[in-house]
Amino acid sequence: MAVADGRRAAWEREKRRRSIAVAAASSLVVVAAIVALVPRMPRWDRVRASFFDGAQFRDSLPRLIDAFWLDVRIFLWCTPAIVALALLVAMARNSRSAALFPLRVISVAYTDVMRGVPIILWIYLIGFGVPGLGIARPWNSPLLWGSVAMVLTYSAYVAEVFRAGIESVHESQRAAARSLGLSHWQSMRHVVLPQAVRRVVPPLMNDMVSLQKDVALVSLIGPIEILRQAGVDKAKFANFTPYIAAAIVFLCVTIPLTRLTDWMIDRERRRTQGTRIG
Amino acid sequence: MRRRPLSLAVPLVVAASLVLAACGGGSGDSASDEAATDTTPAGATIDPAECAKGKTLKADVLTVATGNPAYSPWVVDDKPESKEGFEAAVAYAVAAQLGLGDDQVEWVRTNFDEAIQPGAKNFDFNLQQFTITEERKANVSFSDPYYSTNQAIVGLADSKAKGVTSVADLKGLKFGAQAGTTSLEYITKVIQPTAEPFAYDDNAGAKAALEAGQVDAIVFDLPTALYVSGVEIEGSSVLGQFPLTDQVAADNFGLVFDLDNPLVECVNAALANMKSDGSLDELTLKYLSTDAEIPVIQVG
Repeated sequence: MAVADGRRAAWEREKRRRSIAVAAASSLVVVAAIVALVPRMPRWDRVRASFFDGAQFRDSLPRLIDAFWLDVRIFLWCTPAIVALALLVAMARNSRSAALFPLRVISVAYTDVMRGVPIILWIYLIGFGVPGLGIARPWNSPLLWGSVAMVLTYSAYVAEVFRAGIESVHESQRAAARSLGLSHWQSMRHVVLPQAVRRVVPPLMNDMVSLQKDVALVSLIGPIEILRQAGVDKAKFANFTPYIAAAIVFLCVTIPLTRLTDWMIDRERRRTQGTRIG
Repeated sequence: MRRRPLSLAVPLVVAASLVLAACGGGSGDSASDEAATDTTPAGATIDPAECAKGKTLKADVLTVATGNPAYSPWVVDDKPESKEGFEAAVAYAVAAQLGLGDDQVEWVRTNFDEAIQPGAKNFDFNLQQFTITEERKANVSFSDPYYSTNQAIVGLADSKAKGVTSVADLKGLKFGAQAGTTSLEYITKVIQPTAEPFAYDDNAGAKAALEAGQVDAIVFDLPTALYVSGVEIEGSSVLGQFPLTDQVAADNFGLVFDLDNPLVECVNAALANMKSDGSLDELTLKYLSTDAEIPVIQVG
């Protein structure tokens, strides 16, 4: 980016200031319209009591935050496993030796099947099915096998992201590495993967954001995490406000995460594509 | 290039102001249906048929909601029109009290959430074992109870809960229940096991967890426990039931109405008549035989 100074910097500052003012004003108009119009609807009082009950909100929030730790824990132990398994699958798919043909077939079948079947089915099948074979406690924990189901399905998605990254590295990079005497795996390890991974970090973050919400599906097989806790509170009070509270807890994590992703995408674009045209 | 603060701030401001606008203002000004739910008088003082005129959703038709699917013994074979099953029979008996014949009863299906959502309802009343609680009364209206029950535990033959006679001996076990039921609440409030209970969407999930050994026992209301153990979960039985105590009120099932529906008092009059002439007891005996000898687990 060119060094901006003097008049140009002032002009850019002014432009920025104006665009902030316009955005703020238009947002305010939209919010004002909603706030003014919605309460005029005939059953607004009932909807407000059902979804936006302040006392209910305050009552549920601590329980929900408590339950949210379970989501965070599942997320934290699933993520490294997903990245590791996905990388293995992507590399298997990218193997080039003729002898490894079965490996390629298996990895293609794996990504196709895992992505093609709804995640809910995997959670039931693995979460109830595997422990049902007669495994003793604590190794039959739904938390454990629910997490395994999450790791297996998400790895298939993430493996495709990694594969796209690996394939985006130009063939000449490999050729150069091999001509320097590096083996296939050495050039993969030192030349291809470092470039591939850096390129796919933003789409990976996207998958992480959606994983962060999907871990709630583990509650289908028993564990009471935030969404389930919200459902329990909803039933107890015949009131949907706990879901709003849960949504806000989720937003507190997903908004910063998506902003971080946007920033990383932006940085990557600047790094690879030069100055953006205004 | 430095636009980040704005793009972060705008959605946050919008979301926050919407939530604040919605939550602010008077909350909790709707506790006005106390009169509808007191203990039952012997026989009604008003004529339910007279009372109900013009108050039903559709003229001269009683629209009744049940679950989808509806389970035995509450509705036999998921066919409420057959009048078989306790709740199906109660609905037709209430209709008769309101001066409506069998052909003037229409059935619709809802789940729990549809029954409690704030919009207009597509039923006059909804019966699917809704427990009457003070908390729920802020958002729906209940009739007087048409059935009262207690909680019971179901487990497989080799369950660690087998032969247990006191709640103290249940503390170390792992429990499950259907999410959003008073049974789940019973686990956390009364049994208070050391391990957190698991919750399931339906009996199928509870059954799978029982078979996978992930839980030692499932808590249901007694009639459901008897049905589930007898029909749905092979090899299971009702291992014990919990007595009603001062701390543990009975689970009183009520018909659910849209908040402040004027039909509530008519249906209460109908239920009062059915209690005083013994017809409600007859239906209870017919469909919800609890004469199986279930051991009682002492509480506290």
